[in-house]
Amino acid sequence: MSNAMLNNSDTNTETVREIQIRDALQEAMSEEMLRDERVFLVGEEVGGYNGAYKCSKGMLDQFGAKRVIDAPIAENGFAAIGIGAAMAGLRPIVEFMTFNFSLCAIDQILNTAAKARLMSAGAISCPIVFRGAGGAAFQLGAQHANSFDGFYAYTPGLIVVAPATPYDMKGLLKSSIRNDNPVVFFESELTYGKRGPVPEGEYLVPIGKADIKREGSDVTLVTWSKNLFLVLDTAEELAQQGISAEVVDLRTLRPLDKEALFNSVAKTHRCVIVQEQHEVASYGAYLSHLISTEIFDELDAPVGLVSTLEAPMPYSKALEVVLLPGKDRIIEKVKSVCS
Amino acid sequence: MEQELLSDLYRQMLRIRRFEEEAARLYTEKKIGGFLHLYIGQEAVAVGALSVLQKNDYVMTAYRCHGHYLARGGSARAGMAELLGKETGCAKGRGGSMHFFDIENRFMGGWGIVGAQVPVAAGLAFAEKYKGSDGVAIVFLGDGAINIGSFHEGLSLSALWNLPVIFVIENNQFAMGTPLEKTAPTEDLSIRALAYPMARETVDGHDIFAVRETIFAAAKRAREQHLPTLVEAKTYRYRGHSMADPAKYRTAQDVEAWKARDPIKVVGETMESLGMKALREQIEQDVELEIQDAVRFAEESPFPAPETALDYTYV
Repeated sequence: MSNAMLNNSDTNTETVREIQIRDALQEAMSEEMLRDERVFLVGEEVGGYNGAYKCSKGMLDQFGAKRVIDAPIAENGFAAIGIGAAMAGLRPIVEFMTFNFSLCAIDQILNTAAKARLMSAGAISCPIVFRGAGGAAFQLGAQHANSFDGFYAYTPGLIVVAPATPYDMKGLLKSSIRNDNPVVFFESELTYGKRGPVPEGEYLVPIGKADIKREGSDVTLVTWSKNLFLVLDTAEELAQQGISAEVVDLRTLRPLDKEALFNSVAKTHRCVIVQEQHEVASYGAYLSHLISTEIFDELDAPVGLVSTLEAPMPYSKALEVVLLPGKDRIIEKVKSVCS
Repeated sequence: MEQELLSDLYRQMLRIRRFEEEAARLYTEKKIGGFLHLYIGQEAVAVGALSVLQKNDYVMTAYRCHGHYLARGGSARAGMAELLGKETGCAKGRGGSMHFFDIENRFMGGWGIVGAQVPVAAGLAFAEKYKGSDGVAIVFLGDGAINIGSFHEGLSLSALWNLPVIFVIENNQFAMGTPLEKTAPTEDLSIRALAYPMARETVDGHDIFAVRETIFAAAKRAREQHLPTLVEAKTYRYRGHSMADPAKYRTAQDVEAWKARDPIKVVGETMESLGMKALREQIEQDVELEIQDAVRFAEESPFPAPETALDYTYV
C-alpha cells in the first residue's frame, strides 16, 4: 500500500508532509483553538504531561491553563462541565484517556449531551467533542480493550466519527470541533505513532462521508478506525490470490454514508464487513441488515461479518489474537462469499 | 418591608401553587401523561432564591421543575401546554413535566437523572467565568441526590476550579418514599461542603426572606470571588413524590406541622397585617385568571404534527 493511495481527494494542497496521527490531532486542536476562542481542551494529563499519548504536545505552553485544562480523574464531572459549557456557548474538546473510562461519564454523554436538543426543542445545542482511544491495543487486558464505537452509534443525537489515517484524523477532528452537535471521536493507542501524508495548511474532511481507500471489483470490504490498516493489508494479499477487493473506509458511523457503501456493493455484488466490536447487537450487524434489505437484489452472496469473538479480552497475546479479527479470518470470509 | 416585594413574592408563590393544583387535576383527567412531580410546599425556595438573581445568571434543576421555571419568569401558558404535550409548550411538547426549558430566561432545564444536572450546571458557571461575564449558575437538587457520584464530582471540581455556582439542596426529607435518616448519616446536609471545601449555609426553606438572604450572599460570593457555595434549604413537599404516590410513609401530623407554617399563608397574612388585604385579594384573582387562561390555552393548542417526530435531534 503506497502512501499516495492512502491520501484522499477531499482537498487539493501542494505541500504534503508525513506526520504521526498524534501530531495530526494536535494540529487540528491547535488550529481550531487559534481560530475560535470558545474552543478549549479538558481531560486527564492533557496539559503538563502533554497528553497521555502526547496528542496535546505543546498546547499548554501555547494556550495556557485557561484553555488546556488538566482534570482530576473524574470523567463524569469533567465531561458534564464540558457539556454545561457547551450549552452556554463554548466549544469544549473533552479527552478521555481511553473510551474505556468514558463509561464513568456515560450518563452525561447519552442522557444529557445527546438529548439536550430534543428535550429543549432545539433551544439548547451541545457543540462538544469527546475524543480518545478506543479498542484493543496489544495486551491491555479485558477492562482496557473495549470497542465502544457501535455502542455510541446506537444513540440518536450523537455523531460518531472513527477515522484511521493521519489525513482523515486531522480533517475530521477539525470538522468535529466546528460541528454544532455532540461528537464522539474514536482514535487508537496502536496508531498514534502511525505516519501518513498530511498537507500543510487548512483542510477539512466532511463528517458523514466514506472514502474508498482501495478500488476493486470482486468484493467490497467495509471497515473503519484502525482496522482499515489490517483490511488494506488483507486486500493486498487477496490481490496476490487473484481476488480484487474494494476497501470502503466509513470514517463516520453516525451519520452513515449509505450512498458510498451501497454504490460499492452494487459494483462488486459481494460484501464483507470487518469490525472490532462483538457481533451481537453490533454496528456491523446493522450494516449487514441494511445491505441485505435495501439492496438485496445487488447481492450475489450473503453479507459476511468478521468481528471480535464473544468473550471479554484475555491478556495473553496467544489468546488476544484469537479473539480479534485477523487476516486469516477475513480471507476465509471473503473466500466464502466469493465462492 | 417594601409592599412591592411582598406582593411580588406572594404572586410568584401562588402562581406555582395554583399552576400545580390545576396540573394535578388535569393529570387525574388523564390529559397529562407520564410522571408528574409536584413542587407544592417548596415554593418559597425557588421563589426566594431566584428573586435575588440577575437576568444573566443560569438556572438549572432536576425533574421537579415547574416551580423553578415559573419563578424564573416562565409563562404559565407555555408550561401548561408542555404538560399536555402541545406544540405551544415551553419545549414544544418534546420535554414534558420533567423537562421544562426557557432559554430566554436562562432556565436550562428540567433534568431527569438524579444528580446528573449538578456538574452540568457547574459547566454553565465555568462558561460564564471563561467568557469573563459576571453571570453565575444556580442548580437545585433534592436530598435524594447527595449520595450519587455526579453530585460529588460536580462539587469537587467546582471547588478545585473556583466556579461561580450555587448548589441548593432542597431537603424535603424524603428521597421518593425513603426518609432522610435512611439515606444520610446526618441531618446536616451542607456539612458535605467541608470536604471539598466550599462555603456552606443551612436555611429554613419555608422562610422566604431567609432564603433570599442566603442565596444573595452566595451569589455575591460567586459573582465577586468566583467561589461556589453549598446551601441546604430545609423544606417539605405536601404531596407524594409523584402523582402515583399516596405518601403513606409519613403521618398526617407531620404534613400538617409544615402546612401550619406554609410560606404562602405566612406571606399572605403578613400582607394583611400591613394593610394589604385588598392587594392580596387582587393578586389571588389575577393568578386565578392567569392559570385558567393557561389551562384553556393548553387545551386549545395543537399537538405537534406527526411528521415532526424526528425534529430537533441534530442541528
